[in-house]
Amino acid sequence: MKLLFAALGALLLTGMALQTVSASSTSPNTDVHVNINNYAFQAPSITIAPGTTVVFKNLDDDPHTVTAVDGSFDSKGLGQGDTWSHRFTTPGTYAYYCKVHPMMKGTVVVTESGS
Amino acid sequence: MNIDRGKFLECMAWCGTGVLYTLAGPGVVGRALADASPLASVGSTFVQISDTHVGFHGDANADVLATFQQAIDKINALPERPEFVMHTGDLSHLSKPEQFDTVQQMLGTIKTGAVYTVPGEHDVIDDRGALYFKMFGRGGAKPWYSFDASGVHALALTNVLDITGGGFLGRDQLEWARADLAKQRSSTPIVVFAHIPLYAVYPEWGWTTDDYLELLAMLRRFDSVTVLNGHIHQVLSKVDGKVSFFTADSTAFPQPKPGSAPKPGPLKVPAGKLGEYLGIRTVNLRPVSGQIAVADESLAQ
Repeated sequence: MKLLFAALGALLLTGMALQTVSASSTSPNTDVHVNINNYAFQAPSITIAPGTTVVFKNLDDDPHTVTAVDGSFDSKGLGQGDTWSHRFTTPGTYAYYCKVHPMMKGTVVVTESGS
Repeated sequence: MNIDRGKFLECMAWCGTGVLYTLAGPGVVGRALADASPLASVGSTFVQISDTHVGFHGDANADVLATFQQAIDKINALPERPEFVMHTGDLSHLSKPEQFDTVQQMLGTIKTGAVYTVPGEHDVIDDRGALYFKMFGRGGAKPWYSFDASGVHALALTNVLDITGGGFLGRDQLEWARADLAKQRSSTPIVVFAHIPLYAVYPEWGWTTDDYLELLAMLRRFDSVTVLNGHIHQVLSKVDGKVSFFTADSTAFPQPKPGSAPKPGPLKVPAGKLGEYLGIRTVNLRPVSGQIAVADESLAQ
C-alpha cells in the first residue's frame, strides 16, 4: 500500500504544484478542497487518508476562519477569495468551526494509516 | 428587502421610565432638530457609531470609507459637539494593521471630546484582539473598562473573545462589572456598550449574548439603564423594566432582519438606497429629569 501511495505521489506532485498554489503539501494524496460559501462549509464532513492536505477557500464577502475545536489548527481570518490549507497527518476526528460565525461547523476524519 | 421600515421609522415614543426614543426615518429627525424638539441641544450629548468594517469589499458597499466619512461629516455637523463618540465594534473587517490604521486616522478627525471603542468579532480574529487592544484599548490589561461622561456612568464591555454561539462576557468580566456597578448610586444613569447585543435578539443567528441575564440582574436596581450595541447592522429596540436596549445601524452595509433570510450577512440594497440603511445615533441626556433621548439618523438624511 505504501509503495502504491509513493508511486501515485510521484505522478501527482507535478500536477499539484500547478493546480493549487496555496497547497504546500507533499502528501501522497490529492488535495481535498472545501469551499466556504453562504455561511457554511460546503463539505461539512470529509474523510481523508493521513497526509492529505485540505484546502479551504472562502467565497463569502464576510470573513471566516477554520478553527479546530481542540485548538490544533487555526486558519486566521480568511477574506473573500482567500485560501488556507492544512495537512492532516495524525488519524482522528477533527471538529472545526468559524470563530466569527460559530454556528458554522465542520469535521475532518483522518483514517488510520493504510486503511 | 421589502420591509416596513418606513412605518417603523415613524415611531416616536417614550420607552420605559427614562428614555425618550425617536427612531428617525427620512424627515423625522431632520424635522425634530429643526423644531428644536427635546432632541436638540439640551443637556449633554454623545454619539454612537458602529460597524464601519474598514477593509470590506463586496457588493453590499463598494466604498465603506466613503460611507464612514459621511457618518463623520454628520457628526461634525451636529448643532452641538458631542461630549464623546463611542464606536461599538467591527471597526475593521479583518483585523488588519492597515485597516486599524485607517480607522484610527478617521476617528481622529471627529470633533468630539473623546473617542471610545469596544471590539467586534472582526477586530479580534487572528490574535484575540492583541493589536486592537494595543491601538484602541482603554482598560489597561483588561479588555473592558468604564468611564464617566455626559452625566452617565458607562460600561464598555467586550463580548466577542469567546463566542461559541452568541456573544460571551465571561466570569471575570461579570465580576468586574459587579464591583464597578456597586460603586454607583441607583440614580446615576447607566449606559452599557458592547458589540454583540446584550439581549436575545435572534439566537439562531448568534444575535445574543449567552450570559447576558447575569449582567441584566446587576442592572435592575438602577433608575435608568440604556444598553447600546452594534453587530446586527440595524436599529432594533426592546424595553425590559427600566432597562432599554438599542442596536445600531452600521456605517458600512445593512444585514437582513432577523429570520428574514436563510443566513445573516451583508445585504445588498438597491443602488441609491444604501444611505437609508446606514446611520449614526445621537444620545442626549436631559438635565434635571435625567431622561435620555436616543435618536437614530440615517446617512441619507
